[in-house]
Amino acid sequence: MKVTLAVQRYNPETDAQPYEQRFEVTVEPTDRVLDALMEVYRNQDGSLSFRKSCAHGVCGSDAMLINANEKLACKTLVQDVTENDGDVITLAPLRHMPVQRDLMVDQSEFFTKFRSAKPFLIAESGPSEREFIQSPEERRLFDDATKCINCSACYSACPVLDKNPEFLGPAAIVAAARFVFDSRDKGVEARLDMLDTPNGVWPCENHFECTRVCPRDIKITKLINLTKREIKRYREARGQSTAEPQDGN
Amino acid sequence: MIHEFDAVIVGAGGAGLYAALEASKTAKTAVVSKLYPTRSHTGAAQGGIGAALGNVDEDNPEWHAFDTIKGGDYLVDQQAAKILAEEAVQAVYDLENRGLPFSRTPEGRIDQRRFGGHTRNFGEAPVHRSCYAADRTGNMILQTLYQQCIKNQVHFFDEFQVLELLLDGTRVAGLVVFELATGEVKVFKAKAVLFATGGFGRMYRITSNAHANTGDGPAVVMRAGIPLEDMEFFQFHPTGIKDMGILITEGVRGEGGILLNRDGERFMEHYAPTLLDLAPRDMVSRAIMTEIQEGRGMRGDRRIDDYVMLDASHLGREVVERKIPDIADFCKTYLAVDPAEKPMPVQPTAHYAMGGIPTDVDGRVTAAETVYEGLYAAGECACVSVHGANRLGTNSLVDLVVFGRRAGRHIAEYVTGARQPRVPSDAGEQMRSRIAELKRQDGAHPGPVYDRMQSTMMENVGVYRDHDRMTRGLADIRGLRETFKEVRVQDKQSRFNTEVLGILELENLLDLSLITAASALNRTESRGAHSRVDYTERDDDRWLKHTLARIEDGEVHIAYKPVDTSIWEPKPRTY
Repeated sequence: MKVTLAVQRYNPETDAQPYEQRFEVTVEPTDRVLDALMEVYRNQDGSLSFRKSCAHGVCGSDAMLINANEKLACKTLVQDVTENDGDVITLAPLRHMPVQRDLMVDQSEFFTKFRSAKPFLIAESGPSEREFIQSPEERRLFDDATKCINCSACYSACPVLDKNPEFLGPAAIVAAARFVFDSRDKGVEARLDMLDTPNGVWPCENHFECTRVCPRDIKITKLINLTKREIKRYREARGQSTAEPQDGN
Repeated sequence: MIHEFDAVIVGAGGAGLYAALEASKTAKTAVVSKLYPTRSHTGAAQGGIGAALGNVDEDNPEWHAFDTIKGGDYLVDQQAAKILAEEAVQAVYDLENRGLPFSRTPEGRIDQRRFGGHTRNFGEAPVHRSCYAADRTGNMILQTLYQQCIKNQVHFFDEFQVLELLLDGTRVAGLVVFELATGEVKVFKAKAVLFATGGFGRMYRITSNAHANTGDGPAVVMRAGIPLEDMEFFQFHPTGIKDMGILITEGVRGEGGILLNRDGERFMEHYAPTLLDLAPRDMVSRAIMTEIQEGRGMRGDRRIDDYVMLDASHLGREVVERKIPDIADFCKTYLAVDPAEKPMPVQPTAHYAMGGIPTDVDGRVTAAETVYEGLYAAGECACVSVHGANRLGTNSLVDLVVFGRRAGRHIAEYVTGARQPRVPSDAGEQMRSRIAELKRQDGAHPGPVYDRMQSTMMENVGVYRDHDRMTRGLADIRGLRETFKEVRVQDKQSRFNTEVLGILELENLLDLSLITAASALNRTESRGAHSRVDYTERDDDRWLKHTLARIEDGEVHIAYKPVDTSIWEPKPRTY
């Protein structure tokens, strides 16, 4: 079938503002949107700029807005976003991050926030010539959070970031939750300085947009709420106030 | 501007990150990667990492070493395989202690599953040896190692593409790299350089490999005059998603999944009566292609793109969703098939390069008698050789962890005594003119060359090979290398010019395709993944030796070196 890709193009160095360019490609309905982009890049216009790597939804390189929804181009089939021959698929860069060129965005701040979540195991001195013992039930508690691939689709979709760009964002909280609920980790205490702040977990207003767009089907909003509850529980255990801090903006 | 480091690691997959963690203990270390962290293809590994923990069945590293050697059809260097199997055990504990979320046994220990070619007591029956985290083990390794790099504040240069290796005689001097964000060619001066750039499955049309797997490390090293080892051995994984090549882990068969032909017959019974569907990958891929050629593929048209079925529906929904959740997700996304209910259409997919940059067991690059001082390689781009003519499932993750770590440790020690290297004053100039030349005028798009390279490699240097097909493949690649000279970059901008990268990647793949086809044509026997219909037997008298090949003036020069068979005498390989 033939489809038209309507791509938002923008090179901050040479273009005054973003503009739309259309490319017609012949594809199979079961091809990935990424395949259509590769066809343009290799055979029509090599200056079309986007990131890609694994091509099956595990590396997180090619999140973008496809018909205005955050999706991975390699995990979206043409037939998922078109109905008829000749249909138009619109492609635009993710939101809340500066555009570097065309569909490429600068994820520096996203990764800075991710790293601030201390996304690594903080354990008491562990065993060294054998494994920690962890029951299948304990392992299951944080399984969902291990699925994150840092594609930043959730960060783009989050309405809170529209009004408060300082908000930590969904993915960084998932990264923290990955360890907070791991029985081998010291848990929430080591990460309070980042989570329990006005721009930490508290600005989340349960819009569920992150959960809706997550290409890995992580129940992100639920993880954020569980993390909030864990912080409150931690404070209660120490006789501290459990009032939420004011929104950071 | 010249960046100066003690050690530069090229590639941020499992091997690169592990090496960086170790090297950075004493050395000022930089990781240069053409991708962002956690985008590397280690993250796509699914089924597990093999280690004789014995958590589920009795097991020991000696059996693991033997299986690795037999699985590699005796082209494995045996002392290296012994190190691989022995150090795998502690490596898995180290990863777990650093946070890797392995799946667990009811007793809370690391769970293990069966995998192809891994057996108890030298081939008696399949053994539970693969330590796994559902079906995203590689992703968990990549994430765990990246998390440790954050903790240890390793310095990353993201989206820097390696272009050239700088040598001072046989000693490392540094690297020339391309910075995507600026389009600038930059020079890194370093006492030690480690290549960990992964595989190059993108030379084939149907592949499980990422777009980024273009063999940049081996190509750059080879252009510096160093031959590549055993390039004719390229693994086709038996179960890629039909037409797309996306990997369906061998863990599906480890959990009890079976392969069926169009008659609904479990055909592996005819090919490997003991291990059945859990025979090594080269044998299962050949079995599938034989079924297809004899008209028992699902379409029955005997074409190489026919397919068979992988059935896991009898395992039940609970097992499918708990043990292979990502596979279930892929099948639903790409095939609209729920594997808990219906079988999955699969065909062999180009998966793993057994060959690569020749190294010793400390990751040092060595060719014939020459040891290249300060130059290292680890992971898929390297050839130790622990995989020989065919890698066993799970051993890629073992390889990158064990030898990434060993190389990193060797670097940490080496740089403390090494002199500062000398970098030529004109370093980088050659690559600057090369890129300027690519941009100078308009020319052809790279697409047609890419397509034709992938098709000819698939048809002529694939699962089954013979003299005529390989000769044709070799001629095609030679022709494409000429056509490639007409390819030009349309994008004349500097910032984020991904087209420059793509064209240089294609050039790397063309070089590696040429070496693969030439090395394959030269080896007149069948061994492991190199299976010839005109020379069907393994020939130890003439061919128990490693290939070393490089391109000079457009021609492939081939030499050979002996295999270490110091532990087990080569025997016929049956399962």
